Amino acid sequence: MKKVLGLSIIAALSAVMVLDAGTLEDVKKAGILKCGVNTGLPGFSEADSRGRWRGLDVDYCRALAAVVLGDAKKVKFVPLNAKERFTALQSGEIDVLSRNTTNTETRDSALGINFAGVMYYDGQGFMVPKALGVKSARELDGATICIQAGTTTELNLADYFRTHNMKFKAITFDTNDQVNKAFEAGRCDVVTTDASGLYAERTKMKNPEKYLILPDIISKEPLAPAVRHGDDRWFDIVKWTRNALITAEEKGIGMKNVDEAKSKSNDPETKRLLGVEGDMCKNIGLDKECFYRAIKQVGNYSEIFERNIGSKTPLKIERGLNALWNKGGILYSPPFR
Amino acid sequence: MLAFLRDEKIRGVIYQIVAIVLFMAFLFYIAQNTSCNIERRGIKTGFAFLDATAGFDITESPISFSPASTHLKVFEVGVLNTLIVSFWGIVFSSLLGLLIGVGRLSSNWLISRLSALYIEIFRNIPVLLQILFWYNVVLATLPSVRQSIDIFGVFHINNRGLFMPSPIFGSGAWIVLAFFAAAVAISFFVKRWAHRRQDETGEQFPIVLFSLFVLILFPIVGYFVAGQPVEFDYPSLQGFNFKGGRSWTPEFMALLFALSIYTATFIAEAIRSGIEAVPKGQKEAAKSLGLSPLQELRFVVLPQAVRIAIPSIINQYLNLIKNSSLAAAIGYPELVTIFAGTSLNQTGQALEILLITMLTYLLISLVVSAILNWFNAKMKIKER
Repeated sequence: MKKVLGLSIIAALSAVMVLDAGTLEDVKKAGILKCGVNTGLPGFSEADSRGRWRGLDVDYCRALAAVVLGDAKKVKFVPLNAKERFTALQSGEIDVLSRNTTNTETRDSALGINFAGVMYYDGQGFMVPKALGVKSARELDGATICIQAGTTTELNLADYFRTHNMKFKAITFDTNDQVNKAFEAGRCDVVTTDASGLYAERTKMKNPEKYLILPDIISKEPLAPAVRHGDDRWFDIVKWTRNALITAEEKGIGMKNVDEAKSKSNDPETKRLLGVEGDMCKNIGLDKECFYRAIKQVGNYSEIFERNIGSKTPLKIERGLNALWNKGGILYSPPFR
Repeated sequence: MLAFLRDEKIRGVIYQIVAIVLFMAFLFYIAQNTSCNIERRGIKTGFAFLDATAGFDITESPISFSPASTHLKVFEVGVLNTLIVSFWGIVFSSLLGLLIGVGRLSSNWLISRLSALYIEIFRNIPVLLQILFWYNVVLATLPSVRQSIDIFGVFHINNRGLFMPSPIFGSGAWIVLAFFAAAVAISFFVKRWAHRRQDETGEQFPIVLFSLFVLILFPIVGYFVAGQPVEFDYPSLQGFNFKGGRSWTPEFMALLFALSIYTATFIAEAIRSGIEAVPKGQKEAAKSLGLSPLQELRFVVLPQAVRIAIPSIINQYLNLIKNSSLAAAIGYPELVTIFAGTSLNQTGQALEILLITMLTYLLISLVVSAILNWFNAKMKIKER
């Protein structure tokens, strides 16, 4: 009797709350944006020596916080490994997932999440020790390969080896760090992940010059922020924050000249973007200057890119596919109209 | 009319019914709430994913597995790997635990102190840390593939694992097995005969030595009689890695090592408490019969001590099986790592997969505890 009663009370106390669709209201009420990021991937999401989060994915969270809450600092970063990320988003533990996550059909349609515009176009590559003497991915028959569990990488790898009729041994770990430790210790011959990730991880190795990234890219990996399925308002905000950062680069508006552009620019689209004309932000339930704040506080796409992974950083990644559509890349934003 | 409410018994029953109804209603509410939320988000449900292609590979599998296999196969591999590491963990931790437990009570000061030290150190460090520690030790100390440690050219140890030859059974292999079975039978009958003779005449027979001799000699004789039907597949270095033979991966070894060492401390303590619970009079009686200390332990103390220790040892075995799920930290492909880990992530069906995983652990634990409880009941001292 007592036992039954006790159980009911415990169960009642831990009752699951019904999650409402209004993420925007929840974020405004909490006064802080909960953003799911990588546990540690240089250039994309990593806490520096003073505990401050840095990276492309991290700066996107800041831009979103500036848009929604008016302050880029009002972000709570929730570090997640590959396996935890979707559950964290589904269960409402985070408001947005900005964690080098590949947009795929299955994830978009079966996991109850939606991807909101690509932040970085990537592809899967391989890294090997130079001492191994391998020059191409086609020479990897029989190799032992370290990968992170729960990634598209894991599936692409199996597909690639199946297609080329080669054999491999996969060793899967929970986090990037474990993967790279095992690789450095010689547990595997090869480590594979998105090419950007390989460049990033190489900077963390004890002797980066000892490792070679093979030229082969075996997949398309469009990395995109994701939100829960079924909250269209929030989805719009997340999508258009990304578009605003890209349009700002296209218009040549950055952190330094955004105020000048706001007061002086004659370009109608710039005026709409910065809230001088039109109802751009109002349509998604925010005040007129929401995108202006993001550009003012965090910068445009180019500034975010160069600050975190560009040619002046240890990663030295070229813009490549991630250049604007009118500069040889495929980065493209629908118009602000 | 309400007079029956004054009856304490009836009131009690009513309370219970009300509580149970409330509890069921609550469970129903949770289930309803969950399914409703899942549906609204458009998350896929159901068990159809078990038949879908997994698409990823598994490091080590006792049955054949390829990326084209299904998630159901992933589940099977996971369960088998869990059972394999649990089985060896139980064997090694029992042996080590028995040794340390007896050593803890040794009259030799050094042995008893060392045993106590061992127990206190490994019992008090979380087992997850021990797993990570051994894994890093294994990886850091062992050489790379090309510099492997070579033992008689038969075993190779490197940071990819321990490579050993595997037997390939030819057509006459059953003869060797038959010889072995004969050896077991002979040992059994000789033991019975020796017992009877000792009961009648008091003369002893070195039964242990004899059995060992027979058990080794017979299969060897059988091997040559049948014309050497068993061949060995030796591992050899080809390309990136050793091919052929059998191998234990560093992940498996680190997990096995950590689980055995950790669980052995608890088994040692169970054995010690069992030994200490044997009445002093029993030991004194053994001494007065002129038994040597070893005979005293073997024939008088341990048979009684083990009986007392069995229930708590059962608990430790169950703990070991459940602790094996910590392998996720180092990537040994057991049930939690690959099924509740990778499969879950690739299909996104957390509820179904976690439910299956929990039920599987429950089933394994219930079966093991049923077997051991039966054993316990059989072994109990029957008071007459």
